Amino acid sequence: MARRKVQKGSDETEARREALRRRDMRVKEQERQARRIRPLVTPEGAALNLRVATASERAGAFLLDFSILVITVIAFSWMIAIVFSEMGFRGWQIAGSIAAVVIFILRVFYFTFFEIGRKAATPGKRALGLRVAARSGGRLTANAVLARNFMRELEVFLPLTLLVMGSEDAIGAWIRLIALVWAGTFVLFPLFNSEKLRVGDLIAGTMVIHAPRVKLKKDITSAEPLATASQHSFTTAELDAYGIHELHVLEDVLRQSTPEIKAKVADRIRNKIGRETPQTPDDLAFLEAYYAALRARLEQRMLFGERKTDKFDTR
Amino acid sequence: MNDRVMKSYRFREEREADWQALDRIVTRAEKRGVKRLSDEDMLALPRLYRQAVSSLSMARSISLDQNLLAYLETLCARAYFFVYGTRASMGSRIAQYFRRDWPDAVSRAVLPTLLAALCLFGGGLLAFILTMQDPEWFWTFNSGWDSRNPDAGYDYLRSTLYTEETNIADMLGAFAAQLFSHNSTIAVTAFALGFCLGIPTTILLIYNGLSIGSFMAVFFSKGLGAELTGWLFIHGVTELFAIVLAGAAGFMIGGAVAFPGKKTRMQSLRDTGNQAALVIMGAVIMLFMAALLEGFGRQLINSDMTRYIIALATLVFWLAYFYWPRRKGEAE
Repeated sequence: MARRKVQKGSDETEARREALRRRDMRVKEQERQARRIRPLVTPEGAALNLRVATASERAGAFLLDFSILVITVIAFSWMIAIVFSEMGFRGWQIAGSIAAVVIFILRVFYFTFFEIGRKAATPGKRALGLRVAARSGGRLTANAVLARNFMRELEVFLPLTLLVMGSEDAIGAWIRLIALVWAGTFVLFPLFNSEKLRVGDLIAGTMVIHAPRVKLKKDITSAEPLATASQHSFTTAELDAYGIHELHVLEDVLRQSTPEIKAKVADRIRNKIGRETPQTPDDLAFLEAYYAALRARLEQRMLFGERKTDKFDTR
Repeated sequence: MNDRVMKSYRFREEREADWQALDRIVTRAEKRGVKRLSDEDMLALPRLYRQAVSSLSMARSISLDQNLLAYLETLCARAYFFVYGTRASMGSRIAQYFRRDWPDAVSRAVLPTLLAALCLFGGGLLAFILTMQDPEWFWTFNSGWDSRNPDAGYDYLRSTLYTEETNIADMLGAFAAQLFSHNSTIAVTAFALGFCLGIPTTILLIYNGLSIGSFMAVFFSKGLGAELTGWLFIHGVTELFAIVLAGAAGFMIGGAVAFPGKKTRMQSLRDTGNQAALVIMGAVIMLFMAALLEGFGRQLINSDMTRYIIALATLVFWLAYFYWPRRKGEAE
C-alpha cells in the first residue's frame, strides 16, 4: 500500500518535471518569436509590431516567384511557337528573338513591377503574406524597390550563370568553384543577420515583413451563448487554475478543432478543477462557459496590472 | 454569468463596425487603387485609421482575444502602409523619373562617372596601343572564338562591317542577341559588385575596355579604322556610356561603404543605394536603346557618314540631357 503511494508520488513529480520542461521550451520559443518583432512607431504615437519574415518564408516566396517566371516564359515561347507554326514554320529566328526579348523584360521588371505596386509584394510574397517595407518606417520609394531588385542580379542570376556555365580546363573549373563560393556568400547572406536582409535590402534600406491578412472572427463570448451554458458557473479558485497561455490554447481549440479534441480538453479541465464528468457531457457549452469566465477573470486581473502568464504563474 | 459585462466585449462591440469599414476601404484601395475610392471613403479614412490605431493600443491592454489582437495588428499595419504610402501613380512617377530624377542622379555622380570612364577607356587605350605594336597581344585579351582576329583578311573584316541585304529576322535577332550580350551583363554586374568596395567593378571595366581596345586595333592595323569607328559608335556611344554609368553606380556604392563620412555605414549605404538605383535603371534603358540602334540602325544604315552623324548626335543628346544645367525643384 505504502509502496504504491510512493510510486504514484514519483509519477506525479515526473509529470510535473515534464510539464516544466515543456514550459521552458515554450518560453524560449516565445522569446525567439519576440526577437522577430520590429516595433514601428507611427506618427500618431502608436506602436505597430511588424514581424520580420523568416528566411524560409522568403525562400518560399522566391521559389514561387521564380516558378511563375519560368512558367510564363515557357507559356510565352509555346504561344509564339504555335503562332509561327500556323504561319507555316517560317521565321523561327524571329520567334526566338521575340521570346528572348520577353525573357529580358520579365527578368528585369517582374519583381520591380509588382513591388512598386500598391501591395508592395510579388505574387509569391503575397501568397505567403509577405510585403516589402522601408526599414526606417517611412515610405517605400520606387528607388528603393529598384535598388533591391537590381541586386538580385548578383544574388540569383550570377550564381545561376556560374552553375550552368561550362569550363574547358581544370583551372577554369577551379576559378568557377571559387566564384561560386563567393557568390554563395551573397545567396546565404540573409541567414546571418537578425532582420534576414538580403544584400539588396541592405542597399535599398528595406526589409520584408510578414503581415498576412487576418479575418475577424466572432468573439467566442459574444456568439449567442448556448442554452445550457448558463448552467455552468465557476468559482474564483476554479478560474485561477489557468493563465493567459492556457486561455489562448483554449481559444484555438474552440475555434478550430474537432469534437474529439474538444471532449478531451473538457475532460482535462474538469480533472484539473476537480469536477465530475456528468452523465451527458455537454462539452461545447462547458468549454465556452469556462473560456468566457476565465477570460473575464484574467482580463480583470490584467486591468489591475497582474498578467498571469500561465498556470505555473502563481502570485 | 452573462459575459456581456465583460469590458473587452463591450469595447469590441462599440468599434467593430468602424474596423470593418476601414478594412473595406483598404481592401478596395489595395485591389483597385486610390482613384476608385469614393469621396466619402477618402474623408472617412483618416478618422477610421486613427481610431483603429488607438483601438489597437487599447486592445493590447484590455483584451485577451488572440484573434482580435491579430486582426487589429494587421489591419493597422495595412492601413498605415496605405495612409503613409506613396500616392503617385505609375505614370507620373515614370514622367518624374525622366524629367528630373534620372538626369539629377547622373549629374550628381560626375566623379564616379569619370573614374569609371577612366577605367574603361584607359583599359581600351592600353590594349589598343599594345595590339597595334604587336598583334600577338590580341590573344592575351580575347579568347579564340571570334573570327575577327589579327589573322583575318581585309576583305573579310570589311564584310563584317556592312550589311548587304537586310531582313527583319536578322535585325530582330541582332537586337535580341544584343540584349543578352556580354555588355548588358557587364553593366548590371558592374553595379551589383560595386558593393565590394568597387574593386570587382574596376576589374570588370578595365577588362571590358581591354577587349574593345584590342578589337579596334585589329581593324585599325588593316586600315579599316574609320569604317570600324562608324560601325562601332553608332550604338557604341549609348552602350559604352551606359556601361560607364553602371560602373559609376557601382563606384558610388563602393564609395559609400568605404568612406561613409559622418553617417553610419548602413545609413550611407542606404542613401547612396537609392541614388545609384536611379543611375543603373537609366543604364538599363540606355542599353535597351543601344540594342535598338545596333539591331536596326546599324543594319539599315550602311553609309559611314550617316553612322558618324548618328553617333555624334547621340553623344550630344546624352551629354545635354544629363549635364545641361536646369532649374532646381521645378517639379517638386
